[in-house]
Amino acid sequence: MTGPAGESLAAAERLLSELPPAPAVWCSGLRKRYRRRTAVDGVSFTVGRGEVVGLLGPNGAGKTSVIKILLGLVRPDAGEVLLLGRPAGDPQSRARAGYLPELFRYQPWLTAAEVLRLHVRLSGTAVSAADQRECLAGVGLADRAGDRVGGFSKGMQQRLGLAVALVARPELVVLDEPTSALDPLGRADVRDLLLALKERGVAVLLNSHLIGEVERVCDRVVILDRGRVAASGTLAELLGRRELRLRLEGVRARAEARLAEAGAWTRARDGDPGEVFTVALAADPDPDPGAVPGLVADLVALGVRVHAVEPTRISLEERLLDILRTGSGEEHR
Amino acid sequence: MTARTVWIVAALTLQEAGRRRVLRSLAVLTLLLLALSAWGFARLDAEFGGLTSGEAKAAGSIVLNLVMFGLSLIAALGTAFLAGPTVAGEIESGSALAVLARPVRRWAVLAGKWLGLVVFGGGFVVVAGFAQFVIVRVTVGYWPPKPLTGLALLALQTTVLLTLGLLLSTAISPMASGIVAVGLFGATWIAGVVGSVGDALGNESMAQVGTVSRMLLPTDGLWRGAMNSFQDPALLLQVGTGVEESPFLSMAPLTVTYLAWTGVWTMLVLTLTALAFGRRDL
Repeated sequence: MTGPAGESLAAAERLLSELPPAPAVWCSGLRKRYRRRTAVDGVSFTVGRGEVVGLLGPNGAGKTSVIKILLGLVRPDAGEVLLLGRPAGDPQSRARAGYLPELFRYQPWLTAAEVLRLHVRLSGTAVSAADQRECLAGVGLADRAGDRVGGFSKGMQQRLGLAVALVARPELVVLDEPTSALDPLGRADVRDLLLALKERGVAVLLNSHLIGEVERVCDRVVILDRGRVAASGTLAELLGRRELRLRLEGVRARAEARLAEAGAWTRARDGDPGEVFTVALAADPDPDPGAVPGLVADLVALGVRVHAVEPTRISLEERLLDILRTGSGEEHR
Repeated sequence: MTARTVWIVAALTLQEAGRRRVLRSLAVLTLLLLALSAWGFARLDAEFGGLTSGEAKAAGSIVLNLVMFGLSLIAALGTAFLAGPTVAGEIESGSALAVLARPVRRWAVLAGKWLGLVVFGGGFVVVAGFAQFVIVRVTVGYWPPKPLTGLALLALQTTVLLTLGLLLSTAISPMASGIVAVGLFGATWIAGVVGSVGDALGNESMAQVGTVSRMLLPTDGLWRGAMNSFQDPALLLQVGTGVEESPFLSMAPLTVTYLAWTGVWTMLVLTLTALAFGRRDL
């Protein structure tokens, strides 16, 4: 290609290739009504490349509906979806996406290996038979590859579903309750799988009721409630509030004022000896390491006897319940 | 990619038909019918040993139609109960979710299923029908005048019914769609009988029942065309115009217009199915 037109085209291509890749998931203003019930109401969020994002919320919050809209299984009434940079209306947007549905069922008359082969062919990706076998082995089904899926237990079917989601070299994996049918051992396996995906730079959107799981593997969390995004942000942002529990004796007005300087405090009278004080430290992504020792030194100087100092972190579970109960929509983005 | 999807899904559907119990029950039913008819034809020849060749032809021709009706009924039942679960059942059980989340177009998946079912149903009709011809040839020495046309029309009848089954299965539950499809098939056949009685009695409104039902669901029309290809033309001349149409005797071959209408009907229903399936939330 020559001439000014060719040059400008080449320049545009260069510009495009230098752009950062489009996010794995981008959705904006998703809305879905089922008859009179609004299931999804203005949901927007992004999952970056290689990012692991947890989707949390109570039953009926619209998590599965959002996931199905992203994958083109449910038509939204409003809103836009880009999957790996392509609009969701284009089937090719799903070429590099793997999905484990909440309702996982695979053709019972096929063997596990045949199910994987089917999905590899449907995805249009070239995956060698050896790689497919390895994928089955990765979810603990190596010795069941030749068995019909109809004879599988629920847990084994869910493992197969994980293999199906992972087999076609996805750049985005959407897992809807991936451990609902698994025993504790299986859950640990899934956690390891998720960490391995994270290491390989595969983006993951994880819907799970197991908050501990989400807390351990997710970079960011989106909390849905009644079809809306109630809160979203990194774990540090959402759980940034730290608490300090102190067992103190002889706290007077000046010492109380010093505690108030550190943060809002409450007093419980069950300490023995002394009383237990809980101080909520200010949310600060980069906290001052000298804050707690300084507080203790000041309290001692004020004549307070310090029996115990115990820093605590708010768990994601407590934060989630807090958000859902108060309906506080303070969003972190 | 789209043609690939159609091909993959068609192969999968055939594999499903081969591995599910429906094929075995279909095979057992067919073998039973073929064995019974072989025995019946052999008895026919033995009991009425003195049949002239013309009489043997007449008897063979009529009984062949009866047995072929049985075969087409088995094909209708089999494909309708395969077509029903294929969409509705997969949506209900959730196995459609993982497949449709792949980079595939829904209409391509549907077309693949349809193609697989057509090959399966058509293949069954051709194989079982041909076996029946051989049985009749061996026992009473009768060979239908246009066997290929007849079998093709029967295969087309199966196609029409399974297309209807697919449409129903995008809207109602798997079992219901099978039952409704077979019910409509039976109702059209009965309407066809009513129509031919109307023809015989010269009652126009009764005759119209048959004509209208043959337009709405072309299974009965195709069945009559198939019957016409199985019958001995001499027999038709012999029967003459006194009897006109009967459920197991067809006076006229199918018109090209009717065949064209069947093609249009099938494409219309298939398009409607694709639209309904494409809009459906899973």
